[in-house]
Amino acid sequence: MSSVIEVRHMAAGYDGREILRDVSLRVAPGDVVAVLGANGSGKSTLIRTILGLVPVHRGEIELFGTPQQRFRQWERIGYVPQRLGAGSGVPATVGEVVASGRLARRGLFRLPGAADRTAVREALDAVGLLDRIGDPVGTLSGGQQQRTLIARALAGKPDLLVLDEPTAGVDAASQEAFAGALTRFAGNGGTILLILHELGPLRPLIGRAVVVHDGRIAHEGVPPEPAGHHAEPGHDHVHPHADTEQAGICEWAPTEGMKAY
Amino acid sequence: MDLLTYPFMLRALAGALIIGLAAPALGIYLVQRRLSLIGDGIGHVALTGVGVGLLTHRSPVLTAVVVSVIGAVAVELVRERGRTSGDLALALLFYGGIAGGVVLVGLSDDAGNASLMQYLFGSLITTSPQDIAVIAGLGSAVLAAMLVFRPALFALCNDEEYARVSGLPVRTLNLLLAVTTAVTVTIAMRTVGLLLVSALMVVPVAAAQQLTRGFRSTMAVAMLIGVCAAGAGVVLSGEIDTAPGATTVLLALAAFLLTTAASALRHRRRRATPATHVEPPDVVLNA
Repeated sequence: MSSVIEVRHMAAGYDGREILRDVSLRVAPGDVVAVLGANGSGKSTLIRTILGLVPVHRGEIELFGTPQQRFRQWERIGYVPQRLGAGSGVPATVGEVVASGRLARRGLFRLPGAADRTAVREALDAVGLLDRIGDPVGTLSGGQQQRTLIARALAGKPDLLVLDEPTAGVDAASQEAFAGALTRFAGNGGTILLILHELGPLRPLIGRAVVVHDGRIAHEGVPPEPAGHHAEPGHDHVHPHADTEQAGICEWAPTEGMKAY
Repeated sequence: MDLLTYPFMLRALAGALIIGLAAPALGIYLVQRRLSLIGDGIGHVALTGVGVGLLTHRSPVLTAVVVSVIGAVAVELVRERGRTSGDLALALLFYGGIAGGVVLVGLSDDAGNASLMQYLFGSLITTSPQDIAVIAGLGSAVLAAMLVFRPALFALCNDEEYARVSGLPVRTLNLLLAVTTAVTVTIAMRTVGLLLVSALMVVPVAAAQQLTRGFRSTMAVAMLIGVCAAGAGVVLSGEIDTAPGATTVLLALAAFLLTTAASALRHRRRRATPATHVEPPDVVLNA
């Protein structure tokens, strides 16, 4: 079976500055892969390059078995950016924003039909925001806006979800709604690639974690189950890792001045 | 109302109504993108086109369309490429546009303040039947494009990267917006003038969004305000003998003040309601 995402020895960056040096990554159908890493490690650049938003300097990227430059089935990918776009001078309702998610499937020239409206309502229901469909997105909390963006991606009924730190600064209710929506998506055979700052409530869902460090994949493996004091709420995991943990992957991404053993 | 029996007045009214509908329909995307002043800039560039037309004895409207489309595409390419020098590049283009226009108009046989003023502030009364045909044709094309591509243009202006990942032809849509902006500026040149055209794109949208909750309703209300202001502006200017373009813009601004006041009033009433139900605290500290 061909992979959903295949990255081979890829280097990428902006304005001649190389942020990713040599990255190889394979995501198979049904995989749920978390990308971890410190701020500035290049994890955001990694997913943006995969989506074609950052130019590739070297190496290859394949999406659903097609080289990225020739890939046209964008309706198979649902992208959830970190926050609502900057352009919001004009009010827009939650329903209107989520309806944008149908464009990849519908194309430029067809007017929205019953199937589009149903998909929008289903997607909003999945994130628990159906009652806010007519409200301006500007009146929603940060977490609810984040859920709106996930609904927008789900509305296109994609095979692959790509999320850029969806849980950053999100309230508890939204985190839960969010974990539920992703669990259902993965349960139906969907593939997920997401950037996380911490595994948090999504931990049970994550099948594999990769750590990006200094423009490379530093580690790749199964995220460890929390045990002992690791499982305590509020544990911030600042001690040096013991030898026994070497094979696993640390729950927290290495930050400046902290080594990942 | 006797004025409306004159053919030139009816032509003026027809032209104004078309612009009144098309300008806000386009302007809403520019406002959403925070490019409210781009129409103003393209207006500056269009003046060079007018100068070229007068100098070469061709239709100034036609040459203005060509020059402002070139200018708008150049602005779009600058915007797409750089973030740092974009602002400065725009300024250079705009001032170059207006200076070039003034010099070229001065060099032409038609030199003089009257002809310059006619393009800077509009001159509906001199609108010929051919002009109306051009305004109607191009205005309907702009309006149709803005309505048909609304979902795609909304997605683009709301979140360009998301639009890209949706597989939308982002560059083509950006150029469509640039070209329709240039076309709208040029056809509105006869109605409100190059220096006021941006107002008709932006002010109705600003007025509408005080009252509305969604994008589609904002667009509809903005078009309504635009067409009412343009129609009333022409009629009123005929009655009290003022410049139609400036009268139209003042009416649109009056609509903005009205909707802002209405919205403020509504907010205050909503805020005042729960305040009456505040329960007294359980604990009272005696001084």
